[in-house]
Amino acid sequence: MKELWDIYKKGIILENPIFVLALSLCPALAVTSSVINALTMGLTVLFVITANNVSVSLIRNLVNPKVRVPVYIVSIATIVTVVQLLLQAYFPLLYKALGIYLALVVVFAIILARAEVFASKNNVIRSFCDGLGMGSGFAIAMVIIGAFREIIGSGTFLGFNVMPASYEAPLLLILPAGGFILIGYLVGGWRMLAQYIEKSKA
Amino acid sequence: MGEYLTLFISAVIVNNFVLTRFLGLCIFFGVSKNLSASLGMGMAVTAVITLSSTLAWLVYNLVLVPLHLTFLTTVVFVVLIASFVQLLEMVTKKCTPALYNMWGIYLLLIATNCVVLGVPLINVESNFSLGKSIVHTIGAGVGFGVAIVLMASLREKLRLADVPKALEGLGVAFILAGMLALSFLGFSGMISI
Repeated sequence: MKELWDIYKKGIILENPIFVLALSLCPALAVTSSVINALTMGLTVLFVITANNVSVSLIRNLVNPKVRVPVYIVSIATIVTVVQLLLQAYFPLLYKALGIYLALVVVFAIILARAEVFASKNNVIRSFCDGLGMGSGFAIAMVIIGAFREIIGSGTFLGFNVMPASYEAPLLLILPAGGFILIGYLVGGWRMLAQYIEKSKA
Repeated sequence: MGEYLTLFISAVIVNNFVLTRFLGLCIFFGVSKNLSASLGMGMAVTAVITLSSTLAWLVYNLVLVPLHLTFLTTVVFVVLIASFVQLLEMVTKKCTPALYNMWGIYLLLIATNCVVLGVPLINVESNFSLGKSIVHTIGAGVGFGVAIVLMASLREKLRLADVPKALEGLGVAFILAGMLALSFLGFSGMISI
């Protein structure tokens, strides 16, 4: 049990997909100008990565290693298409807001990387935990970035006003440039946090 | 003709794929440490996306639309592009080994990448004609090349700078990209399509 918890936990801080591994950066910038978009994208990836880890882990002994990457890609693309159709049917507004980036979940490096590095070598339960952990780390990072950009850049959180009426939101954070700069500082902050955790453990 | 020119310029600088649409960031940050590598990468990306998105356009309009299979676009494009890049790798290795030695390593990196899948999807979603979609794709590739070469030149200078320890590497690269995006923002409003 402890071991599974460790597998889950490492994806959140020490190996956070966005801030530490620096994989899947496109969505971290493109859909984080509001919290709700960031959260939807985070949950989508959480679902896709977990489902894909499980399915890759189930078929890992059947797939010829030579064709493993195409097999993983087809598996990911199928799961993403399912999510696309679901969102389109039940949350059309969110589907529109995420736009092309939803289809691009297929090529997020983090998903393929976890299939290749972890799920193809571990049993189903461990792969499930790994997917859940990496997905959670991704979703948490997305929401943190989204919260900073929405609160500072437009003075709202999940669409509600949180800043006093006299607050003049700097446009910069909503713009692409602001996203890059904010993530730069967050990466630095995250690294300090991870170092602090490792030091307090030792 | 004018229409094509605006489309091209808009894809290169106004709606630069890296700095305003955030496609291909993994390569952008991964390869831009070194100027000559990023030049090669820019050219390889342009060549690959031009060929693969033309192929994707043909498959979409000649196969998927007539058969009402557009809901399979994502799956089909991904498989198509990944196998096409693999094929390209084999062909260049066999026919032009010199070219392969120069670009071969980039091809694998490109096979599953945001920009390589994103451009064909944008072409299809905007209902471009074949000619427009080719021009738009070349523009996207050139824009990617411009951004990555600029970034690499900046990062080579940055090696001599004294950066706070926590921001070293990725952190400062992001901030730098932010500044670059800010300067590209100056072009916005120049052309609207």
